[in-house]
Amino acid sequence: MSFLDKHKAIETHATLLLVLSFLVVTIGGLVQIVPLFYIENTIEKVEGVRPYTPLELAGREIYIREGCYGCHSQMIRPMRDEVERYGHYSLAAESMYDHPFQWGSKRTGPDLARVGGRYSDSWHVDHMIDPQSVVPESVMPKYSFMMNNVIDGEYIADSMSVNAIVGVPYTDDMITEAKADFAAQADPNADTAGLTARYGDKVVVSNFDGQAELTEMDAIIAYLQVLGTMVDFSTFTPDPTR
Amino acid sequence: MCAKQVKKEAQQVETTGHAWDGIEELNNPLPRWWVWVFYACIAWGIWYTIAYPAWPLLTQATQGYLGSDMREDVAAEIKRFDDANADIKAKLVAAPLTSIATDDTLKQFAVSAGASVFKNNCAQCHGSGAAGVQGKGYPNLTDNDWLWGGDVEAIHTTVSHGIRNTNDPDARYSEMPKFGLDGLLDEAQITQVVEYVLQLSGQEHDATLAAAGQTLFVDNCAACHTETGAGDRTQGAPALNDAIWLYGGDRETVTATVQGARYGVMPSWAGRLSEDEIRAVAAYVHSLGGGE
Repeated sequence: MSFLDKHKAIETHATLLLVLSFLVVTIGGLVQIVPLFYIENTIEKVEGVRPYTPLELAGREIYIREGCYGCHSQMIRPMRDEVERYGHYSLAAESMYDHPFQWGSKRTGPDLARVGGRYSDSWHVDHMIDPQSVVPESVMPKYSFMMNNVIDGEYIADSMSVNAIVGVPYTDDMITEAKADFAAQADPNADTAGLTARYGDKVVVSNFDGQAELTEMDAIIAYLQVLGTMVDFSTFTPDPTR
Repeated sequence: MCAKQVKKEAQQVETTGHAWDGIEELNNPLPRWWVWVFYACIAWGIWYTIAYPAWPLLTQATQGYLGSDMREDVAAEIKRFDDANADIKAKLVAAPLTSIATDDTLKQFAVSAGASVFKNNCAQCHGSGAAGVQGKGYPNLTDNDWLWGGDVEAIHTTVSHGIRNTNDPDARYSEMPKFGLDGLLDEAQITQVVEYVLQLSGQEHDATLAAAGQTLFVDNCAACHTETGAGDRTQGAPALNDAIWLYGGDRETVTATVQGARYGVMPSWAGRLSEDEIRAVAAYVHSLGGGE
């Protein structure tokens, strides 16, 4: 074929090869990516999903910093064994405000997509300090240092602004009040009217780590306790064709 | 592969015409089996895009000839297992809780189903053998020392609603005052009352301090733990007159408990587990040895 005979011309001209390779990759990319933005069955609207509160967002960043995703996934697949063990399969919308998402694919530890509310705060504290003290079979490392790392949310507003740029609906109000909300969520005696007005009544306010200071432990537990709890599956039934 | 053979073949195979420094590039054909596998993969790829959702169209992707859907599949799979157990589950939900232990088939089903529910949901705190975690506040469920009651109905209520959690209005609730932190007792008084608690539980103690602690105990503690220290299950107040301790019974730990109190939380399971699962796990826990 004369067309195939031209192959030598492409292979021996670096610029031409580059331009044509770029064209091929572009077409492949467009076919894969563009439909995600307009096709209805890739976008499912789900009630209840809200942006993370400042404290939960800080916890999420600690989660990423410590590489928790290396052993824990946050993605319950639609299979009977997973649904029976972990709860309702994950919906795309449940991680719509995660940048980047923490779905993962490695499960040395259990999936955490619906770990929120499953254990008490003090269990999480015991477990983080020394996982084997409550689960002797566990191979998880100790994260006791989080109890000592006092944090004040100094940069949390910046982090929220960045998330807002990539599409998380943080309002100006949320960003200016970030530090106050950050502290309020970990203090059961604080005035949480502002926090719940901004993030909803379901926000869990608790002294997560049981200490007077606000530490990384508060943040990580606040994050773990909200995972998978935003959508109420007793009232929401996903469309099976989606 | 010996070098000789390659050399011999080299003379028979045509070259691509490329030569560098006297080294020629041979144009060996691909093995036939490999070529056929390659074609088969292409054919399979085309079949796959027809059989399963693949091509993006204007508003939707193609649904696929087979109409396969993970969500429908998993729903059907779960339904298949639910249907298989529907009769016995209905019987389990309808039966009075106390009759489960006396009905052999029901008990067998409930205990084995309950064991798997327990391993998945309860073992993280209460241990895979249900012995709890000593000294950390996770109660042992295999003994006959119960905080909120050990008959199957009480266990069922505890599992359904949990203890001191914030999301279930029916959760069991009681709160021990922080006698030290909130300034209800001064340090000397706490020392006295702790000695009395040590006396109650038959441990080594200072008799004069304990005698002074008795009045303090009656005034401050007996409302929940009762005057004899036997505890009160309606309030989840543990017995203090035995050797079983939730957080530890030594002088130091008891002092810390009186100082700052304890506030053990158990999640509510009513929203997470179905009624038959809750009944099964209650029957399982009840069957572990301490059931009343």
